[in-house]
Order: sequence, then structure tokens, then C-alpha cells
Amino acid sequence: MSSENKQILTTDGIPLEVSLKKAEKKNKIKAFLLVAPLLLFIIITYVFPIGDMLMRSVDDKMVTEMLPKTYKSMETWDGQELPPEEVFEAFYFDFQKLIEEEREGKLSTQLNYTKNGFKSIIKKLRRKSKSFEEGNYKEQIMAVHKRWADVEYWRAIKRRAPAYTYQKYLKGMDMYENEKGKIVNVAEDRRVHRILWLRTLEIAFFVTVFCFLMAYPIAHLLATLPMKYSNLLMICVLLPFWTSLLVRTASWMILLQQQGIVNDFFVMIGLVSDDNRIEMMFNKTGSYVAMTQILLPFMVLPLYSVMKTISPSLMRAGKSLGGTPFIAFWKVYFPLTIPGIGAGCLLVFILAIGYYITPALVGGASGTLISNQIAFHMKSTLDWSFASAMGLMLLSGVLVIYWLYNKLVGIDNIKLG
Amino acid sequence: MASKNDFVKFDKVDKSYDGKILVVKDLKLDIAEGEFITMLGPSGSGKTTCLMMLAGFETPTNGEIYLDGNAISSIPPHKRGIGMVFQNYALFPHMTVYENLAFPLRVRKIPKDEADKKIDKALSMVSLQGFAARMPGQLSGGQQQRVAVARSLVFDPQLVLMDEPLGALDKNLRESMQYEIKHIHESIGVTVVYVTHDQSEALTMSNRIAVFNDGKVQQLSSPDELYEKPVNSFVAEFIGENNTFVGEVSDISEGKCKVKLANAEIFANPISVKGKGEKTTVSLRPERALINPSDKMDNIHNGKIEEVIYHGDHTRVRINLLGNPEFILKIPNSSSNLDIKLGNEIKIGWNSDDARALDPK
Repeated sequence: MSSENKQILTTDGIPLEVSLKKAEKKNKIKAFLLVAPLLLFIIITYVFPIGDMLMRSVDDKMVTEMLPKTYKSMETWDGQELPPEEVFEAFYFDFQKLIEEEREGKLSTQLNYTKNGFKSIIKKLRRKSKSFEEGNYKEQIMAVHKRWADVEYWRAIKRRAPAYTYQKYLKGMDMYENEKGKIVNVAEDRRVHRILWLRTLEIAFFVTVFCFLMAYPIAHLLATLPMKYSNLLMICVLLPFWTSLLVRTASWMILLQQQGIVNDFFVMIGLVSDDNRIEMMFNKTGSYVAMTQILLPFMVLPLYSVMKTISPSLMRAGKSLGGTPFIAFWKVYFPLTIPGIGAGCLLVFILAIGYYITPALVGGASGTLISNQIAFHMKSTLDWSFASAMGLMLLSGVLVIYWLYNKLVGIDNIKLG
Repeated sequence: MASKNDFVKFDKVDKSYDGKILVVKDLKLDIAEGEFITMLGPSGSGKTTCLMMLAGFETPTNGEIYLDGNAISSIPPHKRGIGMVFQNYALFPHMTVYENLAFPLRVRKIPKDEADKKIDKALSMVSLQGFAARMPGQLSGGQQQRVAVARSLVFDPQLVLMDEPLGALDKNLRESMQYEIKHIHESIGVTVVYVTHDQSEALTMSNRIAVFNDGKVQQLSSPDELYEKPVNSFVAEFIGENNTFVGEVSDISEGKCKVKLANAEIFANPISVKGKGEKTTVSLRPERALINPSDKMDNIHNGKIEEVIYHGDHTRVRINLLGNPEFILKIPNSSSNLDIKLGNEIKIGWNSDDARALDPK
């Protein structure tokens, strides 16, 4: 025992461990320096934006900062009846300051998100407040518009007091926090997002299924054909992969439109009549067809790389041992391809769930996905915090799927090549 | 049980892959029940193709194969009931040893308790009891090979095919597996068709050996006959070591002929030569030529020692004899043979019976 515990020295008398650390330190620094640019790149382009997105989606400081005095005076207000005079006074001074800085428009936009109807009364208040007299602001403000005398609007202002909010996430799920602080569904005819989420999942799921059904035989052929044919087939699989996404989507538009080639063909063989051409674009069909074609290589390649490693003698062994070709396939070949199936399906599903350009171009109204909605809020409504919230919901959805997959199949079973 | 002499019968089988070249030409081969027959030949000689046709993975281009009297060309592989051991074992990597062995029994719908008995028996036959729960990846090459053998036997097939099953093993393991397979064959009496390009493997294990070359069976006979009495120069060259003299028959009589070489004449045993003037290759095994021969031998010539290689139990001596500088002699290392020195002239003799005058190459 004692001899094992004794410190081992190098020939120069330095303890072995110290010497080892010293010898490896240089290598460690070198290794770190090699990955440092990539690490920096990832932090700048990935970790930082996602963190920023997360912050943005819950950030609600804007109103809080615009109405500092109001919120301070509101601390003691219980929200049951109209707030006392101090609140009105504080609001008036905050508002005057905003007018000086010309920021009252922003306030009206923000408050309007919380409750409809703020826009016009803030405009009116701005006009009328120029002639306000000192004192008794409650009366004067309430006289501007009858909504200013409605406690609901003051409650709406108070709801914006916290610096952070999860309202955007609720909105993404077609829910909101009502006046009493309860989380409820929005009216039936205004539930847009839930439909989009479900449609996104549905389209991603079916695109994955279609890709799998089409890719499996292709990958099998690729893996078993003699070299000269399999090379040609491989090029056929990869060629669309090398073509721009936009070009491929545009060509699907040419093919699928009502006066397009596919419809012409159907009319020619008499499948449909000329005045009754099938609508295959600007609906779900368009999204299914184009996305399946575009994502197909992502299924073929992992499957192919796994099938390539399966020795043909295994199938032969299965048959020679008495298994019918189907049993030999099902019991021997298929189980060995599961790592490839897992990799391909996960890849295609995750890509499909966040697909944007193709559904935007060929999906029409009934074929758009949640990512199109995110883009809409980024570009058109400029409600970036809502777009960020939905983006994060999408991201966490993908992570959940990844986690589920890991639980069910095991991520180490994945084989990409 | 009277064993049949034509349990497996190849009847005028031709095989071509591309319609231009025949890989197997007019193959006629009868395999008796319970026999261990080896198809031996260089790569590309058609031996594996024959095995694949028998297993059902290739179809004969012409001719028919019979198994126990029934034509099998139209029977798919899984209905032939032939066990097979593949070159790289072809164990199912996602199944345990037990499941691998259970596969042929399950597809035959054999009840579980009966199947378990058979699996136990098969595993004990290859001395792998206790390995049933292992995955193939956890076994060594030799163990995997044994599992493959056990799997090919577990469903009691009447015929087992083995396609170079020992090719991937190292030399020592290969030798011990050769004996093991031979003993299994002897104990259960199954018919085995074995393919290899390793002649020592073939000589050790087989009842009969079919030497393949160029899509044809060159000779089909027992190992000793194959070695001692090759019928043509390919077999003589392919099996074991061989000294050759190329010449022309100058005289022929009953059981003996004279062959004229470039500058000498030797006596030989006419095997495939019929008359005077025929070109021939005379084949002589190294161990059949002796140094310092007794006068009774009918061929005695002098040669000069060109090279001496020490091999432990024997010494290989290369001699320039009758214009052949590659004449090899194997001399036992005994004290009476100490005068083997480089450059010495020695007398070498052999019986004309052992010098087989075969076809010219």
C-alpha cells in the first residue's frame, strides 16, 4: 500500500504528475486556440442571438420606463375602482414628458397591444392636455373621453407595470391574461396560431413519412446497385441538392399551377376535364409536394450511409436459414437500418418544422407554417418580441422532440455517415 | 440408411454472368450423402459460383442441379433447407448468439422448448455453452466462426455449404478450426460442401477434393490420390510442390516411357501421353527424389547444389539438374546427410513410376 501511495518522481526529481501537467499544458493551450475561433463564432452567431431573442420575447420595460411616476403611484392602488387623484396626476406628468420627447405615439401602440381603444384616446388626450389647468387632473382627464373614466383601461395600464412578461407566449398559444389575471383562450374566430402550430406539426410529420417511404427504396438501390449505376443514381439524388432552393420551389410552381405541366398532363390523359383543373398550389398539397421533394436527400443520405455498411451476405444468410425474402428483410435488414431511419426522420422533421421559403411560395393561405407567421411579425407588424417568442416556442418544440427521440431510440443510435 | 452416391448432382451445369464468358463449363459432379467434399481452386476458377448455385443465390445458365433426386433450380433459397456458413460469418449483429441460432428454428415454427434443446446441443457441439446471451460483436473471430457453424447446423440440414469459412482467421486458429469442423462432420454425418483456395485446408479435411480451374473440375479424387497421382499438370502444380521437366516422348511401352529433354533422356510413367513425339511435362514430387540412390532406381543423374535452405526438420536444396535450375529436394536433417554443401555435385535418383508424364503446359 505504502509503495503505491509514494509519489513517483521523474528522473529529474520533479513529481510525475506535475511534470505530466506541464508537458500537456502546451498541447491543451494549442488545442484550445484551434477551437477558439469556432467557439467565438458560435457564441456570436448562435448563443448571443438566441439569448437576445429570449430577452426580447419577455422584455416589457418600454412602458415601465415611459410611465415611471404613474407606476410608482399605482403601487398602492388595489385596482378595484378608479385610481385616486395621485395616479392621474402622475400619469399627466409622465405623459407631458413623453409629449416633449415625442414618444407618446409609441406609448399608444404599446398600450393598444394590451387593450384595444388606447390609440384614439391617447391622441385625444394629447390634444386636450395642452389646455389643462393645474390641479384636479382626475376630473380633467376623465372629461377627455369616457374611456378614461373606465377602470378597465387603468387596469390595462397597470398590467404593463412589470418589466418582464410572458404575454407574448400566451398570445402564441392563442391565450391571454384577462382583466382578472386569469389565463383564458381568445375568441374562437381569432385563434390563428394554434391552427398554424398544428398544421406545422402535421405537415412536418407527413413530409417525414413521405420522405421515408420514398427514400428507403432509393437508398436501398443506391447501396446495392453495381457502382456504375449507383453513381448515376447518386448524382440524380444530389443534383436537386446542389440547385438553389428558390429555383426548385419556382419549378414546382411551374409544374403545379393550374395551367401547369402536371395539370396539362392530367387533362391530356383524361383524368380531369379542362375546366375543372386540380388546384395543387397555394394550398397544403403544394407544401407537401415541394417540401417532400426538397427534403428527400436529407432522408436518402443517412439511410444510404447505413445501408452501405450492411453486408449483402446477411440477407443471404437470412434466406439460406429458411427465412422468406420478407422475413429476411424484416428481421435482419430492417432492424439494421434503424439508426439511419432515426437520423433521417429527425433531420427531415426538424428541417420541415421550421421550413419557410417553400411554404411561403407554394403554400398559399392554407399551406403556410408557423415560420411564415414569425416572418410576418418580423417584417410587417414589427412585433419582434412576439416573433421572438414564437421562434423560441419552435426551438423548444424541436428540443422536446429531440429529447423524446433520445428517450425512445437513444441519440447514440443515430448514424449520419 | 443406405447412403446415395448422387445426393447432390450437378448435371452439365453452365454458368455465365455476362453472356460472353463461361464461369462454369459443363460441370458434372456427384456428391455422396455424408461426404465432405471440397471445391479447391485459385480465385476466379468458378468454385464459389458453384456453391452459390447450389445454395440458390445464382441460377445455372444451363443444366440442372439435383438435391436428393429433385431438381432445385426453380426452388428459392429459403425452401432448399441447406445450411450455409459464409466467408465473413454473416452473423446477425443485432441479435444475441441465442437469437441467431433461434432464427432458422423460428421461421420453421419449431416450439420453443424443442428449439432451446437444439440450440443447446448446437452450442455444445462448438463448445460455446454459456455464450448464448452475448452479442456477436463481443466474440472473437474464432468464436463468431463457431457460432456461424452452429447456426448452419442447428436446424438439422442434410447439406451444409461452407464458403471459405476460415479465411479471416489467423493460422493457428485456422488449423484448430479445421479439426473441429472435421470432427463435427464425422460425429453428425452431415454432407458438407466446402470451398477454399487453401490446399492444406482441403487436404486435411476432405473425403474428396474437386480441383477447379477455368470453370472446370480438373480432378476429383481423395486427398492422397490427388497429391500422389495428379492427372494433369495444373493439378500437379497447384497441389503441393512439384519439379517439372519439359520434353518430348521418344519411346513408349507398357507403363514406361522415355522422355527426351534438351540434353538428356529420362524414364517416366506415361499418364496422359499416348505415343511417340508428343510434348509432355514430367512431374516429380520433391520427396520422391533421393540423394545417393541405390542402383535399382532407373533414373540417376548428377546435379549441382545451387542453394541450401535450412527448415529445422528438413533442408530444402535447390539443384541444377538436367537443365532445370529450379529442381527442389527435401532432405531430412540426419547426420548421414552432412555433405550437402553449396556447389557440391551430388547424385540424385528416382523411380520412373513416380515421374508422371502429363500434358504439356
